[in-house]
Amino acid sequence: MTGRGVWFWIGAALFIALAVALALVVRNEYVFFAGFVILQFIVLATAWNILGGYAGYVNFGTSAFFGIGVYTAIFLLKAFSAPLLVQIGVAAVVGAAMGLGIGLLTLRLRGIFFSIATVAITIIAETLIINWKFVGGATGVQMLRPPVTPPFDSYIKMLFVVLAILVVIAVALARYVQDSKLGRGLRAVRDDEVAAESCGVPTLNLKLVACAISGALMCAAGAPSAMYLQFADPVSAFNLNYSVSALAMSLIGGTSHWIGPVLGAILLGSTQQLLTVTISSEINVLVLGLMLVLFVVAAPEGIIGLVRRLWRRVGKGSP
Amino acid sequence: MFSLELLLDAVVLGVMVGCFYAAVSIGLSISFGLLDVPNVAHPALLVLASYGAWLLGDFDIDPIVAGFIMMPAFFLLGVMLYRTYHETFEKRGSDAGVRGLAFFFGIAFIIEVVIIMRFGVDQRTVQAFYIGKSIEILEVRIPMRMVAAFVVAILLSLALTLYLSKTFLGRAIRAVAQDEAALRLMGANPVAIKQWAFGIATAVVALAGALLIIVQPVEPTLDRAYIGRTFCVVVMAGLGSMSGTLVAGIILGVAETIVLTMFGASWAPAISFTLLLLVLGIRPQGLFGR
Amino acid sequence: MNSARIGRRTIIAGALATGAALPAMAQQGPIKIGMSMPLTGGLAAGGKSALIGIEVWRDDINEKGGLLGRKVELIVYDDKSSAAETPAIYSKLLDVDKVDLLFAPYATVPTAPIMPLVKQRDLLLMGNFSFQVNRTVKHDKWFNNAPWGPADSWARGFIDLGMKSGAKTMALIGADQEFAQNLMKIAKDVANEKGVKVVYEQSYPPATVEFSAMVRAIRAARADMVFVCSYPPDSVGLLRAINEIGIGDSVKLFGGGMVGLQFAAVMESMGSLLNGVVNYNSWLPEKSMEFAGTKEFFAKYQKRAVEAKVDPLGYYLAPFGYAMGQMVEQAANSAKSLDQKKMADFLRSNEMATIVGPIAFGPDGERKESATLMAQFRGVVDKNVEQFRNPGKQIILFPEKWKTGELVAPFDKARK
Repeated sequence: MTGRGVWFWIGAALFIALAVALALVVRNEYVFFAGFVILQFIVLATAWNILGGYAGYVNFGTSAFFGIGVYTAIFLLKAFSAPLLVQIGVAAVVGAAMGLGIGLLTLRLRGIFFSIATVAITIIAETLIINWKFVGGATGVQMLRPPVTPPFDSYIKMLFVVLAILVVIAVALARYVQDSKLGRGLRAVRDDEVAAESCGVPTLNLKLVACAISGALMCAAGAPSAMYLQFADPVSAFNLNYSVSALAMSLIGGTSHWIGPVLGAILLGSTQQLLTVTISSEINVLVLGLMLVLFVVAAPEGIIGLVRRLWRRVGKGSP
Repeated sequence: MFSLELLLDAVVLGVMVGCFYAAVSIGLSISFGLLDVPNVAHPALLVLASYGAWLLGDFDIDPIVAGFIMMPAFFLLGVMLYRTYHETFEKRGSDAGVRGLAFFFGIAFIIEVVIIMRFGVDQRTVQAFYIGKSIEILEVRIPMRMVAAFVVAILLSLALTLYLSKTFLGRAIRAVAQDEAALRLMGANPVAIKQWAFGIATAVVALAGALLIIVQPVEPTLDRAYIGRTFCVVVMAGLGSMSGTLVAGIILGVAETIVLTMFGASWAPAISFTLLLLVLGIRPQGLFGR
Repeated sequence: MNSARIGRRTIIAGALATGAALPAMAQQGPIKIGMSMPLTGGLAAGGKSALIGIEVWRDDINEKGGLLGRKVELIVYDDKSSAAETPAIYSKLLDVDKVDLLFAPYATVPTAPIMPLVKQRDLLLMGNFSFQVNRTVKHDKWFNNAPWGPADSWARGFIDLGMKSGAKTMALIGADQEFAQNLMKIAKDVANEKGVKVVYEQSYPPATVEFSAMVRAIRAARADMVFVCSYPPDSVGLLRAINEIGIGDSVKLFGGGMVGLQFAAVMESMGSLLNGVVNYNSWLPEKSMEFAGTKEFFAKYQKRAVEAKVDPLGYYLAPFGYAMGQMVEQAANSAKSLDQKKMADFLRSNEMATIVGPIAFGPDGERKESATLMAQFRGVVDKNVEQFRNPGKQIILFPEKWKTGELVAPFDKARK
């Protein structure tokens, strides 16, 4: 393990320790409700970036994976009263399988065609759930969650810590993909797929792996959301909002490094939470629109790019 | 509940609905199909035009006439949009795809909010002599508004096909889509041509938006339902083919209506998008692709 | 701007409205009532109207010297019509804003996720037009202001009317969305129980563009009555298609659960297409529905609604928002405090007078008796919103106690 690797894992351990400490000490539950939403977006944006950022394949189907994750959890809860960790685990497996399947079906498509195929898949997935009466169909379903596991005294705190762990897993995976042969291959795909293929890069295999990892993480993020809301209906679970947010957060943060989506999700997620409980209204949607336009126009490399530019300027300024 | 009469009804109506789908997609067929601009704000512009037609309806202006009146304004809007897009993305080089997409998403959200602030969230409809009446074709009663959509869609795709193949500028637009560098070598300015083409694409949206509010009531967030539909039609058609857009629209419309009448309506969206996936899987360049 | 009106200014306006407050009020601090409301997204038209109703109540009570002698302040956040937003919002209301009382957001979807939260913390929650949201949670401090009553009373009213005019068969159509599907299922059960044969049943996806095909299929089925559970855009699309294609002369009764025909913008744009439709409603400007304070309320509501570009009639939701406040007022006065248990006891065991008539609750927190109206549109003309302010445009057929006329059937005849 390199020096940077050690620091990463120390940071990750500190992060989880902090989440647990918060859950044990802080009494104000709002912290966890709002925190949950932001952590959930970190996982989604990170997962999106593995395929969208590294390989340049723009996935519009984040909400398809997320929704399937939600409904996997509901199915397991209704059919077997499965505990949370099982729900997340199975959702991840389902997500990986779904990612692989979709990859096989659509990865021959390039550019915007791939994006449109993922939109189609979202609508098909939603229609399937609408027609599946066992999980509530179009009516939606309300459920009561299982009792909380000690040492936590409330379910939301437990969900918060679980999500924190999920964030670490997602980021670690993204970091691994980025630094490994896989990541280099994906970047080659993004820069020039034809050239990469003729140089002997197994592009299809690489893309499939990326698709599976990304899908598994998105589905895994959906599962705890079912327990968070204790309610699900297809319209909310497959909301286009998840797709747009995951994409927007990655772009605003910067797609070239794993820290980008994390920063983007924290920035956009907390701004939205803050706006919801302050000026609350159309302005909230407007801010998302303006932020998207501003960032892609003025800071095409996202926050990472801004910081790098600043860094360089500081570097030049000092002798 | 299968009967030949219902099936015939469904097919005739499906053709009408399909032509309507083609009409709302044809602008995108130029901007995205020919010019490669990932214009996801297209449906939002569509809704904006619908609200324009609604506003002009207060002065007793027929919605279709209103569509024509709004064309110059939308043309300018399109030129401005393309200018911004070009300056910020195309000029900078290769990675315009994702960012361009995000840019147009942003624009779509801004349009949505502007509509909400100006007109409120209530749904709006317009009045015209052909709304609420029907005529009989082949012993099938067809709503007049669908006939209006049908006629406009046919004329629109005919006009655009002629324009793109017969006029100098039209040919230049197709040339720019195929080989920008060659055009540059010939001394033409591809950016100016694309700008003109994007303007036309947006002007067409003005008319399509008027059709939208004739066919169904409009509310500010309706654009989200049309993102999938319009892109589906354009991609299925094969990028940039005007007559292909018409055919793809009709295929989609007929498939949807038959499923709606004969099987469970709940499955209709899945059917049309499975159709899209099939086309993409078997023939990625679309039915009439170049 | 228009939008900034909603959040902070709501609170400020509340404080200003009672500039001449009693000194005692200032000392104790205001009573904070927290809620989320769909102010953007699909439910916004209803949410905005409901909120104005509640705001009118707040200003009225503050003018009278407040609740228990304390000023009332509303804290309102936008839930974007989405279920995903409300848990965080209500937790903020409780844990950060420390509100004293909770109101639920308009509609079922945003309300559903907060039910477990309020049950876990054992809090009083005043419901706002959600449908059967307490079914799984079974919270004993939940009180819904909507007139629905027992789940099946709605469909029962409609089917009874149909049977009285000799209908034996029924067609069912509904949108593939939460509320419509619930309603459809119940209607089917009631039909089975009453021996009405369901000859056609169809759900259609949200954002369906054209309904002509479906109307043809219904006509081919030749049903005696058609029970429709639709949302605003589809309600318009369906009625248009019926006008164009024709539904057939077998149909005696059409409507039932069409959402949207209660809103001014929709009614105005539909005009004469509405005639003959028998649809549910909550409050209508008919003689039988005038109670103490109703008239004064609408005078205030309508002034504000026009300024805020919100539904200018506001019959459907706004008076019930006001009634929510009136009930809380009576409960708090009886408990002489904001003790949630005492207030809930009062709400559960008393009949309360409100501007929408007397309200009493059953054990599940829904109305003990249904007060859902079934009314028939008559003599409506095009392009005129003012006509709906007069009695006689929507004749109440059900329930018996508020009836203002008889059903005109068949449907085709009633449309002329």
